[in-house]
Amino acid sequence: MKKIILIIQREYITRVKKKSFIVMTILGPLLMAALMVAPVFFATMENSSLQKVAVIDQSKKYEKVLVNTKTISFEFIKDKSVEDIKKDFENSGYNALLTIPENDKTYTVYSDKQVEITVISYIEDEIEKFKETSNLQKDGISPEQISSAKENIYISTIKWTNEGDEKSSPVVGQIVGFIFAIIIYMFIFMYGVQVMRGVIEEKTSRIVEVIISSVKPFQLMLGKIVGIAMVALTQFLLWIILTLIIVSTILPMFGVSGGQLVNQNAQNTEIVQNASNNEFADIVPALLNTNWTLLIFVFLIFFIGGYLLYASMFAAIGSAVDNETDTQQFMLPVTIPLILAFIMAQGIMRDPVGDMAFWFSMIPFTSPIIMPMRVAMESAAIWEILLSAFILILTFFGTVWVAAKIYRTGILMYGKKISYKELWKWLRY
Amino acid sequence: MEILQAKNVVKKFGDFNALTDLSLSVEEGKIFGLLGPNGAGKTTFIRIINQITAPDQGEIFLFGEKLNHNHISDIGYLPEERGLYKKMTVGEQALYFAQLKGMNQKDAKAELVKWFRKFEIMSWWHKKVEELSKGMQQKVQFITTVIHRPKLLIFDEPFSGFDPINADLLKNEILELKKEGATIIFSTHNMESVEQICDNIVLINKSKKILEGNVYDVKQTFKSNIFELTFNGHFDKMRASLSAEYEILSVNEIKNGSKIQIKILNGLSTNELLTKMISFGSVSSFQELIPSMNEVFIKAVNQAG
Repeated sequence: MKKIILIIQREYITRVKKKSFIVMTILGPLLMAALMVAPVFFATMENSSLQKVAVIDQSKKYEKVLVNTKTISFEFIKDKSVEDIKKDFENSGYNALLTIPENDKTYTVYSDKQVEITVISYIEDEIEKFKETSNLQKDGISPEQISSAKENIYISTIKWTNEGDEKSSPVVGQIVGFIFAIIIYMFIFMYGVQVMRGVIEEKTSRIVEVIISSVKPFQLMLGKIVGIAMVALTQFLLWIILTLIIVSTILPMFGVSGGQLVNQNAQNTEIVQNASNNEFADIVPALLNTNWTLLIFVFLIFFIGGYLLYASMFAAIGSAVDNETDTQQFMLPVTIPLILAFIMAQGIMRDPVGDMAFWFSMIPFTSPIIMPMRVAMESAAIWEILLSAFILILTFFGTVWVAAKIYRTGILMYGKKISYKELWKWLRY
Repeated sequence: MEILQAKNVVKKFGDFNALTDLSLSVEEGKIFGLLGPNGAGKTTFIRIINQITAPDQGEIFLFGEKLNHNHISDIGYLPEERGLYKKMTVGEQALYFAQLKGMNQKDAKAELVKWFRKFEIMSWWHKKVEELSKGMQQKVQFITTVIHRPKLLIFDEPFSGFDPINADLLKNEILELKKEGATIIFSTHNMESVEQICDNIVLINKSKKILEGNVYDVKQTFKSNIFELTFNGHFDKMRASLSAEYEILSVNEIKNGSKIQIKILNGLSTNELLTKMISFGSVSSFQELIPSMNEVFIKAVNQAG
């Protein structure tokens, strides 16, 4: 036991001290913060550049229709022709010139550069709206009738729980679940491959022979897997802390508030593109109502369980080959379920209680990604979570046992291309 | 006293016999040469002693006890294919290996400092292993092998990669360790170093033991009654007087006579030869040619087929 701790310590300390770890730890949250801030930042940037549009309105209808907005200002010109403005356009400070003829049928925008699409669509919208209203009025429908005919509805979702009714938002569950899936997928891959590389390093540099004259191969393998798991958790924890620090201290310096951030990013997410503003009002209470204790607990169980399962397979692969280029034939079957789970995640997000969701959250090779997602979307029953975790842990012990057998033989086998048949033989030694 | 005993050890890898019925014993405080051509089974045997692999049949006894996990800290092993973690610093790494062998951190550090001073490599302590040359890495690895003062040391080709100066330094260290009471198993292809430092040897060929014993005795059994002498006088007359039992193998003219190699066939004594020679001239040197370990090795392996 003392020796396993020694191995874990070495694996942990040498990795945490590496430059690449430190760089990634700092860069990760910065990148994440940048991804969150960029849309908000650019949105505020746009506000600052005001688009000035000159209007020659010969129909004389639109002075009251085209009103100034935060980003577009209109200037109605009566004493100049198009030619006059064109001559002096560069110095006039206008970004565009809109002409409306007397017959009110053809509309043209002139400019010496590409006109912003938002300007065009704003003008289009306003003119359309105006014409629609005036056409309806011609048919004898009053503006009051029009506005009372319009309905804007919003469905609020309330969940019955034992503690009483709670506001919930399926959007929040989806986002949180999907983030979980991404994180678990990424960490299993990144750190599983690190385990494999570590094993290959020890094998090719022949360190392994010295070490296993002191410890059992199983101890070495387990020490490495656990040590690297702790590195992963450290990085994960640091990422969360650093991201929180950045979001809470640095962002306000740019004049970006947390609420803005949530809304802006939610709007950018594909899932919620069609949601109306009312729904965003539910996000904060829904976030507060989420059962974070259960969620984090499930996340950690499946995060660690999934990592251990895959890391032991990666360790076995590492022990069977002589260098990294030989790993491919074994990597493929191991990574396919992982990638499959990640691809399936998007479909399962739409139907988190269906058959597919159920089975993929039970199969131990995909459950580490699918189950936390389903839990985040509150669509997994407690018995499902427990059963899935149980299967995962059981499979983990099975894989470690198999991996240890391959590992034990593999680390001392040099200069031989290993086939699946050979691996099968090692299992029965 | 025997420190290590192997009794009828058998190890197979599939259909391949790595060791067949190998029995041997290593005396305490001696340097024991484990010799054999490539693929003979030496490394397999060493791995069995180190409990890296287990024998299929047979038993190993260390200090009279059946080999078990508690023996790990009594053994120091320098494998032929050496390796250290490239990205770790020398000091950290040496400490790690010492602790894996069961030393506590404080003792390990004190002992390491002693060795580093002795080899004058204290300045490497904070260097990464990848910054060192191969020979320098070998030194570090040697220290990590002996640091926990094991009673049994196993060196597999310890001199490979060393320049003559450092090889000599290492040889003296090995002899020093022997003087301090360590028993050493020494596996090598370099027969010259076997003659210099080994007390006893075992020669393994194709998984079987084909020769064992004291280096001197082994060489004696392989001598073939060939003598070399320097003779100055009437060579032709002398030659004519010799009977057929004296076979002259070669004659080289040198400054003060001829250097002659003579093989004496069954039962004849050297005195008779000398008496005859002196009557035709003078003999200025006379010695029996004892085969080198190199010759013994080749002969034994070829005989075993």
